[in-house]
Amino acid sequence: MKKIIKYVIADILRNKIIIAYTVFLLAMSLSVFNLEDNASKGLLSLLNIILLIVPLVSIVFSTIYMYNSSEFIELLVSQPLKRRTIWLSLFSGLATALSLSFFIGAGIPILIYQPSSTGIMMLLTGLLLSVIFVAVAFLASVTTRDKAKGIGKVILLWLYFALLFDGMVLFLLFQFADYPLEKAMVGVSALNPIDLSRILILLQMDVSALMGYTGAIFRNFFGTQAGVIFAFLVLMTWFIIPLWLSLRKFNSKDL
Amino acid sequence: MNKQILLFFILITACSTNIFSKTIRVGNGERVTGIQQGIDMAAAGDTVLVTEGHYRQGNIIINKPLILKGINFPVLDGENKHELLSVKSPFVTVDGFHIQNSGHSSMVDIAGIKIYNTHHVTVINNILENNFFGIYAQQGRLCTIQNNKITASSDETHLSGNGIHCWKSDSIYIRNNSVTGHRDGIYLEFVTHSEVDRNKVQKNNRYGLHFMFAHNNSYTENIFRNNGAGVAVMYTRHVIMKKNRFEDNWGDAAYGLLLKEISDATIEGNHFEGNTSGIFVDGSSRIEMEKNIFKGNGWAIKMQASCMDIALEKNNFIGNTFDIGTNGSLVLNTFKNNYWDKYEGYDLDKDKIGDIPYRPVSMYSMIVERNPPAMMLFRSFITTLLDKTEKVLPSLTPENLKDDYPLMKPLAL
Repeated sequence: MKKIIKYVIADILRNKIIIAYTVFLLAMSLSVFNLEDNASKGLLSLLNIILLIVPLVSIVFSTIYMYNSSEFIELLVSQPLKRRTIWLSLFSGLATALSLSFFIGAGIPILIYQPSSTGIMMLLTGLLLSVIFVAVAFLASVTTRDKAKGIGKVILLWLYFALLFDGMVLFLLFQFADYPLEKAMVGVSALNPIDLSRILILLQMDVSALMGYTGAIFRNFFGTQAGVIFAFLVLMTWFIIPLWLSLRKFNSKDL
Repeated sequence: MNKQILLFFILITACSTNIFSKTIRVGNGERVTGIQQGIDMAAAGDTVLVTEGHYRQGNIIINKPLILKGINFPVLDGENKHELLSVKSPFVTVDGFHIQNSGHSSMVDIAGIKIYNTHHVTVINNILENNFFGIYAQQGRLCTIQNNKITASSDETHLSGNGIHCWKSDSIYIRNNSVTGHRDGIYLEFVTHSEVDRNKVQKNNRYGLHFMFAHNNSYTENIFRNNGAGVAVMYTRHVIMKKNRFEDNWGDAAYGLLLKEISDATIEGNHFEGNTSGIFVDGSSRIEMEKNIFKGNGWAIKMQASCMDIALEKNNFIGNTFDIGTNGSLVLNTFKNNYWDKYEGYDLDKDKIGDIPYRPVSMYSMIVERNPPAMMLFRSFITTLLDKTEKVLPSLTPENLKDDYPLMKPLAL
């Protein structure tokens, strides 16, 4: 297992796209922190990058990587190795590599320029988002045989998490405007890892604006230690469940 | 000859204190221990000096003009039963006492120091701790309340009164006091021609400063921090508010400054920082807001559509989540020459004024106003998208709420 992980990581880290992604993140975060005169504005610009770019790159890159290494997977399956080991090592390799490039690209500048609780929350959620979208990509690629179809599927999934979900929430909020939805919103936010990450970061950042009634409920829930732990557990399940489903599928898949 | 005249004057001044007014020392270790007894012995214009100590002597009534002065802050303890000092005569000075534990009541307003229907009373350099009301002026005129330190610790609103409470008074000068932990820090009801300067009002349960039907007053250079709401000005005309700081008034219904049904006010040179809403204006008219700084607030200003003739000029809006919030499309107010850090326009003719108008109300702030749970989508991609499209084609945001002459650079304030 260790050998496969090592091989996958080495393979990915040499990949030009991953290097470009790291350099892009690094350039972005350094310029954001150097250009904006106040650091909180810098963090805000970085927030949008993390919430949009990181999931997109993680999900698309992992999907393409999985399709491209289908022959390698077939080779591994022919060896006396458990399918479970192969799948989990592939996942660990990809997740580690993408987290590492996120850490180098965005994490180090954050730690240098904004080593505050907001910065650390941003770093943690960014890492978790990387891992979550690798897991989602695994699920998408294992359920679709066709490469083009699979990539299309993950782009749609990204669009759903980044944009459509929020649009639907907004729509529902206006449809059910007469009902008290404040508490329900806490539950709804758990349905989308991007929203949950955003709220976690914002609660550290824009406290004054979020202190409206909804904000107060969010704050009461996610502002406490138990709330933060709960949120992180939810984010964990967001990668554990897709990974588990994909593993089940892979175990019985006819390659 | 000159020497003789000088000597004469020295003698006159030296004697006058002895002849026309005398000093009576009371308290522990003196011949007279009762403070009330000392006051009864004194004639008008005398000075009663109270020595250091802890006095549990109940209510003390001052019914003649005199100076009551404490040495080294003698403690007057009300044992949670009594009102401590009742001033019922004009020309009284209360100076240098530590007044604590007044009684509590829901029938009468018991205070640490209470001024009853009189004038020219001066309350200076006192420490008031854990009283129901701190200093209470009832129908006072020309009174001065200065350099007092007023604290209370009750969390329950019905168990705590106001730090400085003035009712039906005129020309009250409230200066340099610090008020902490009361219901309202300073409360003025039916008070006219008064000045509230350089006070530090913090951590009060309700408002830092509360005006009700109090016309022609001014307050300047005060600091309001961490109160339920900073300052509430209600049903009042001709208020001047200058150079105050409103900071960290956080909470669901918390405002830096709440203006309700007021008219003809001037708000100038104030600093609003870190409040949920910097200013909340409702049903008000003819207000000039000039040279204020709004920094890092949730909403810099929430202006209801029921306001008219409010002029915002030369203010700085920096780092606020929302610049202006409103609840309707009717706009009868003017915005001119303000600096908005979110302005994205250009200045081709280099006159330091942006060439295209700035619309301070964003689509998303309108959505949140109508549907508060939408706060969940705060700073998400879709709301940014909505804001951008709304900027190009305004539909939901009020068409006329705009600054036609936004500044390109912040004002030096």
